[in-house]
Amino acid sequence: MKRRDFLKSTAVFVSGAVVSMSALELLDPGEVLAQNPELRWGFLVDTLKCVGCGMCVKACKIENDIPLDANVTRTWVERYVITKDGKVNADTPKGALNGFTSKLIDQNASGMKKIPDEDITQAFFVPKLCNQCSTPACVQVCPVGATYQTADGVVLVDRTWCIGCGYCIMGCPYGVRFFHPVAKVADKCTFCYHRISNGGNSACAQACPFGARQIGNLRDPNDPVAKAVLNQRVGVLRAEYGTKPNVYYIGLSKEVH
Amino acid sequence: MVEQLAPMLVHGEIWTVKDLFVLPNEYVYWAIQIVLYPYMTGLVAGAFVLSSLYHVFGVEKLKEIARFALVFSFALLPVAMLPLLLHLMQPLRGINVLMTPHFTSAISAFGIVFMAYACIVAAEIWFVYREFIVSSIHRLSAKTDRSAYEGILLRIYKLISLGAMDTSKKALGADHKAVKFLAGLGIPVACFLHGYAGFIFGSVKANALWMTPLMPVIFICSAVVSGIALCIVCYYLFMGLRKWAARRGKNYFLPDGIAHGSSVVDYDHLRSVQEHEVKMTSKYLLIFMTLALTLEALDMIFRGYTAVKSWDILRNVLFEHDYVNIFILQYGIGNILPFIMLLIPGVTVRRAALASILVLFGVFMMRWNVVIGGQAFSLTFNGFMHYHMPIIPHDIETFKEGLGGALLVAVSPFVIFYFLNMIFPAFLVDKEEAHH
Repeated sequence: MKRRDFLKSTAVFVSGAVVSMSALELLDPGEVLAQNPELRWGFLVDTLKCVGCGMCVKACKIENDIPLDANVTRTWVERYVITKDGKVNADTPKGALNGFTSKLIDQNASGMKKIPDEDITQAFFVPKLCNQCSTPACVQVCPVGATYQTADGVVLVDRTWCIGCGYCIMGCPYGVRFFHPVAKVADKCTFCYHRISNGGNSACAQACPFGARQIGNLRDPNDPVAKAVLNQRVGVLRAEYGTKPNVYYIGLSKEVH
Repeated sequence: MVEQLAPMLVHGEIWTVKDLFVLPNEYVYWAIQIVLYPYMTGLVAGAFVLSSLYHVFGVEKLKEIARFALVFSFALLPVAMLPLLLHLMQPLRGINVLMTPHFTSAISAFGIVFMAYACIVAAEIWFVYREFIVSSIHRLSAKTDRSAYEGILLRIYKLISLGAMDTSKKALGADHKAVKFLAGLGIPVACFLHGYAGFIFGSVKANALWMTPLMPVIFICSAVVSGIALCIVCYYLFMGLRKWAARRGKNYFLPDGIAHGSSVVDYDHLRSVQEHEVKMTSKYLLIFMTLALTLEALDMIFRGYTAVKSWDILRNVLFEHDYVNIFILQYGIGNILPFIMLLIPGVTVRRAALASILVLFGVFMMRWNVVIGGQAFSLTFNGFMHYHMPIIPHDIETFKEGLGGALLVAVSPFVIFYFLNMIFPAFLVDKEEAHH
């Protein structure tokens, strides 16, 4: 075979192979399913039911090996106390790990603030956790791809690959990310992925004595969470950031971001 | 039971003081090292742009400082990466950025842009110094009684000459062309390197202070300002040192004394060169300062005028929480004062150098106010975080993210420059010119 012929037939073979291989790639069933999956995890928080006991925070920390005494947490509860002059007072002492046991509002460096009962027009609690956004800012900004979105919509962190630059922590508009004090990598709520993937419930939802937290499949029309999102007036946090969050709130107030 | 355990400090907790309503996971995660990162990259880019003014645009008056700026830019280069490494929680995994770059992230391209830029600067230095390298090889080879140091130097020169020993007129002309091309290519890459550092901040949509498309442009302008200022200060200092050494005949003190092969450094010549270069450069400094100040003012006016939701807390940060840092230290002492100092006619070398020191301080404060100021307020818009830089380290983290780490980063370029200067004398004067 002449060199010219050899090169010619090699070129033909390679280009032919590329075309047929790319066809296989196009028809990858995994990708087809990922574009329209049957499972998309979502979360429903009924703020009207939350009493701020902090059982969810404790359960989460124990289940997910976040040191109880460390001042970071995958989920937390905020308290809002609104007074007659329209002023909003909010706090979350230790992320409400021990619940709200005092009427004093924790203002951090500014100390504890006492609000007379008669001045209060309304007060309520709002649990927070990762929104498992459909277009997560944290995944976008991770320089090494250590944080990623699963096919069923949960954003996870690869602890063996995270370099700990903190860009995802900065990129998250909800402040749900932090550095794990022991693993020294970025950490966040996973909806208890290890539990829900095996048919279980998330630790916080299971621990909530009042059913304020519920996890479910947004693609299943018979799922109670999907039903509530469809049938009730629910809100999401910070929609203006375009992250398309998947934690829905019943009874969301304008003071809560 | 929970309360009885000893508190476990999380990253950022030790230097963050929270005030009012702050979310539990919020801390000043990006501390002094991230202040230094854009500062150092800015100096690299700025020094390079200064050297290119001569090489590309043929600003003859900047000839001497251009060569110094180029070598100094190269010395600064490895240090631009150092703060990033020191800041990582897993510094040993830093290489992952090059192994699995995730290109939707602004940080991921850093390695590639940085490497490309490093190659350009290294190549440019090689072409600029090629003639000198070849002549040094000839000179040192001819010498029979080489000292150990000269022997090592000869080996280094032989290695970096890459075997290109041709110094004919044609070859030197080609060198010249290559320098011009690389310097020209280097300007957009240097601007990209730094504009891109601005993009890293400007694209964080969760941060109300950072998110502005002007951020990369502001960063580029302040980078050029800081780079020129640093070159003026260092040129002033190093020339001062050289004059001091020349007058006392202590040339052994100078790292490039042996590479030069000459023991005579003329005092009067040094003095006139220094005056001329510093005065010329300070004019360019003024131009870029005007640009930088205008953009920063535009940014602030625009935020105040459009006054979106975040303006309430930003106004609080700008005019109360960080007022002294922003308006007194950054704009007052760091910008307006040196601006006036350079504007007053009859600028002397000493005044230009002093103004440049203030400019350097001003740009540092600008980086500080962007990085730390951007984390001074909570995502709730109802709380603040105060940053207290660790001064005395008591573990590796407080060293890295404290004064110790900052000083390490600040000193490194000078150490590198000292050794680099042994191989590439930054104060090299062309032979024909020295005779004038």
